[in-house]
Amino acid sequence: MLRLKYVLNEVLVGLWRNVTMTIAMIITMSISLFMLGASVLLYMQVDQMKNYYYGKIEVSVFLRPDVTDAQRQAIDQAISSNPLVAGKTYETQKEAYDRFQQLWSDQPDFVKSVGANSLPESFRVKLKDPQKYKDFSAQIQGQQGILDVIDQRTLLDKVFNIFNGFQFGALGVAAFMAVAALLLVGNTIQVAAYSKRREVAVMKLVGASNWFIQAPFVLEAVVAGVIGSVIGFVVLFVGKVVLLDHKLQALATILTPVHNGNVWLMLPLLAGVGAVVSAVTAWITLRFYLKV
Amino acid sequence: MIQLENVTKTYPKASRPSLDDVSVGIEKGEFVFFIGPSGSGKSTIIKLLLHEVAPTRGKVVVNAKDVTTMRSWKVPHFRRSIGCVFQDFRLLPNRTAYENVAFALEVIGKTKAVARRVVPEVLELVGLGGKEHRYPHELSGGEQQRVAVARAFVNRPLILLADEPTGNLDPDTSIEIMRLLDRINRTGTTVVMVTHDSNIVNQMRRRVIEIESGRIVRDQARGVYG
Repeated sequence: MLRLKYVLNEVLVGLWRNVTMTIAMIITMSISLFMLGASVLLYMQVDQMKNYYYGKIEVSVFLRPDVTDAQRQAIDQAISSNPLVAGKTYETQKEAYDRFQQLWSDQPDFVKSVGANSLPESFRVKLKDPQKYKDFSAQIQGQQGILDVIDQRTLLDKVFNIFNGFQFGALGVAAFMAVAALLLVGNTIQVAAYSKRREVAVMKLVGASNWFIQAPFVLEAVVAGVIGSVIGFVVLFVGKVVLLDHKLQALATILTPVHNGNVWLMLPLLAGVGAVVSAVTAWITLRFYLKV
Repeated sequence: MIQLENVTKTYPKASRPSLDDVSVGIEKGEFVFFIGPSGSGKSTIIKLLLHEVAPTRGKVVVNAKDVTTMRSWKVPHFRRSIGCVFQDFRLLPNRTAYENVAFALEVIGKTKAVARRVVPEVLELVGLGGKEHRYPHELSGGEQQRVAVARAFVNRPLILLADEPTGNLDPDTSIEIMRLLDRINRTGTTVVMVTHDSNIVNQMRRRVIEIESGRIVRDQARGVYG
């Protein structure tokens, strides 16, 4: 009990004695952990969106404008008899145009600029296994009168690639800031160890255990790491609410909703990473500066 | 109590060993002086006994424990059985005499209640009764060394090591410190003192081990400085 009180007191005194360094350490730590949190959230989001969209994926077989009835029949036959196909719907030029008008109803100028006959008719094919798109495409491609076979997955993958890019970018910034944060932790611990060198020398002399000598320094780093992670988390949460729930609500039609539960999950994650990484850094630093 | 067997210590980059094949045994309750010129290797003995440095060759046994092969995590506990006093006192300047001694107890896990009972007692023993709440800068050199002795002795160690404890003190004060160490020795504590203060060695008439260039050149039961 006494030792706990002693150690906690040492931690607070230590953090305050070196307060500018402590603040720098907390700020870099919070930025790094914020980026880490954003990256993990993006990863979870892309995963969730893949599950959501891949299940609904369709292959569109667009027909040439000059397709003949016989050709259309042959294509229809080929699709229906293909063992990979789970179901299909046919969409005329008129239906395609109606859907287009509905989709862009808030942009009448854009709708006007597209003629009623400029959208191709198509078969929308649902596959038993969306992964087998390539096989299906190869088998159907030979038919006369086909303009193009497009898998929605290729479109989605482009979107997901962008998300992945953001995710890796965030991860990169997180790692970069982490280096700065770790150097600051190491430096802070060195300064702390130096300013307490007399106490440390006496403690070693009279036989204080190693953990007792090191604990205040390690805890100092851990406390700063946890404070940094909490700040990082708050920024992440506020960012999510302000950006996704308000400012960029338009995106909400594409993005599946980001659950607050997932965001809350970042708190223990960031705190854990912040605490463990700080502790390990401090401990390694001490092994060099507080030789027994 | 203390056994050095064929101990050689060569520091990295040193041209010759600080201790060269030294063998010596010290019994429980003895009072031993290690004397010799600066750089003769006598301070290295203290460092070896404390496990601050490891011997290049040979074996060091303290309190029936082989220090040479001791795992580093066992060293702190081992040091609790050894008290240590230095030429430069090594007191914490921002703590009073009482707090300096109590600190040594608290960091090895003793409670404040134990400190309240034991610290005034040991300060009284070293002759600092009534000065418990002075800071080191408010005490004379001799008084500061008394605080250091109190800190070294408060845990009732089996061995007290003293590395030039009178090096910073005037002759009269030195004698007082020696009387104190003698008193501690009489409680059964083994005292090992490194010094080149001939006056003191001659007055005490205790066992003298003289070291020169890393070798023992004299080991005399009731010796004088030279």
